[in-house]
Amino acid sequence: MIGRLWAIAFNTFREAVRDRVLYNLILFALLIVGASVLFGQISLDINRIVLINLGLTAISLFGIIIAIFIGIGLVSKEIEKKTLYTVLAARPVRRWEFIVGKFFGLVMTLTVNAGLMSVGFFAAVLYVSHGLGRVDLPLVTAIYFILLQFVLITALALLFSTFSTPIFSSIFAFAIFAVGTFAEDLRGFAQMAEGVTRGAMTFVAYLVPNFAALNVISQVAHDTPVEPRLVLLNTAYVVVYAGAVLVAAVWIFERRNLK
Amino acid sequence: MAAIEIMGLEKSYTTGFFHNKQKPGLKPLTLTVEEGEVFGYLGPNGAGKTTTLKLLLGLVFPTAGTARMLGRPIDDIEMKRSIGFLPEQPYFYDHLTALELLDYYARLSGVDPRERRAKVTRALGRVGMGEHGRTQLRKCSKGMLQRVGIAQAIVHDPRLILLDEPMSGLDPIGRREVRDLVQELHDEGKTIFFSTHILGDAETLCDRVAVLNKGELRGVGIVDDLVREVKGDVEVVWTGTGAVAAIEALGARTKTTGDVLRAVLPEATLELALDALRQNGGRLTSVTPVRATLEDYFLARIGDSDGAANSDEKGSEVRA
Repeated sequence: MIGRLWAIAFNTFREAVRDRVLYNLILFALLIVGASVLFGQISLDINRIVLINLGLTAISLFGIIIAIFIGIGLVSKEIEKKTLYTVLAARPVRRWEFIVGKFFGLVMTLTVNAGLMSVGFFAAVLYVSHGLGRVDLPLVTAIYFILLQFVLITALALLFSTFSTPIFSSIFAFAIFAVGTFAEDLRGFAQMAEGVTRGAMTFVAYLVPNFAALNVISQVAHDTPVEPRLVLLNTAYVVVYAGAVLVAAVWIFERRNLK
Repeated sequence: MAAIEIMGLEKSYTTGFFHNKQKPGLKPLTLTVEEGEVFGYLGPNGAGKTTTLKLLLGLVFPTAGTARMLGRPIDDIEMKRSIGFLPEQPYFYDHLTALELLDYYARLSGVDPRERRAKVTRALGRVGMGEHGRTQLRKCSKGMLQRVGIAQAIVHDPRLILLDEPMSGLDPIGRREVRDLVQELHDEGKTIFFSTHILGDAETLCDRVAVLNKGELRGVGIVDDLVREVKGDVEVVWTGTGAVAAIEALGARTKTTGDVLRAVLPEATLELALDALRQNGGRLTSVTPVRATLEDYFLARIGDSDGAANSDEKGSEVRA
């Protein structure tokens, strides 16, 4: 089973790399180098804050866009092109193994992509701050949270891909990402409502993925440390949420006629 | 042991905006394919051949009925280690080379890592793709993809191989090579179940065939037996021109070469034709039966089913 999961995950990774997905790194590199040179003119403190905000936001956005655009096609494209016939029809591959393998393949792609971007990002921070120290450790936490965002959005895009067309899946995925970015505000609004509306709003506010809690970019840009408790809670939240979404994806896919 | 046992397998699809209409894909089907057979599954486009294969392979779920392959239920995942499948007009991960693709499939099939490379190389060699192993699939022609498709179906050395239109996209040389390969696999004791609408291939290769039309099995059996069921034509050769009009009146096609005349007419009208010859002074040279082909049988069964479809909506079963 592990061998099959790894084979599917690695094939997904290899496909993304050969489809030139990592070309976005060039754009990222240009952005970071440009920003470092440009903001080198400004005073040291602001320079660093702007660079961290820009760099981490870019790592997050590039990854989210890749996660959605690849994730929405992970299953639907395979059905449309009939490539999965030769995987599921005559190989001892269970449908859930296919879904989980695809999920890990895309997460692996995004992790490598973010890892390479992070190298560039830290090089730029080193250039601007003339050194790296303990004060930069929260940056690692922020990047870890960005990876957790990728895990969530990949699971959601994959879920949509099991029952919808790529166009609708991308709309759903971007919409849910946008709403999830304001999850904390939604929860606040829900508390202000009353009666049935309050119950319904609270339910929706907690149902959407809380991307807001995974965004500590502004915090770390101002050198504010991230509490270890938040790291634990966010990790547990993403594992449970993404796990539930994957279970739903598998449930749908197990019942689907692959016409 | 039967390689494939299909027991009342049926599939209908829901259609319409409210999913409230039923469209039959396959009417109740009962069929057995013995181990070691080359079995042809014939039918025009849209007959239900691919639906049958998808049901057997778990890609779509039956509305009713069951099936077993190699003695195990079709939802038994371990059974699939011994199955090979070529889909119709296969499309593969085109970012991979042929070698990488087969290696991927061999991994998924659980081929021993120590044997994997050798099996991949051998499978590519058997379909004539040995020199193109490092070619990316996006650069392959349709015929090359079809060969790769056959290679992936046999790379893990399966006992039962299901091929959906295996000759599709191949040139005459390629088709002959595939026919030779199917014969070779048959000689190795493998069971081959292939769907096709190219009847010449089925006639050459198959021990038995089944004919399907509009989701309904119309006949099944040994090719020679089936062909014998068809009432054939006879060729009558004679001299003397007097009888031509009388014989053509029987629905025959006549041809004149010098003073020799030939007519091909239905066997049932032979006696009438001979009477006409005698009465009009023709001298009989020979009477030769024209052998019916699988195509004649096929067309006869498809014709039957078109006629029957109007009167029988319930579907029927034909036991092999």
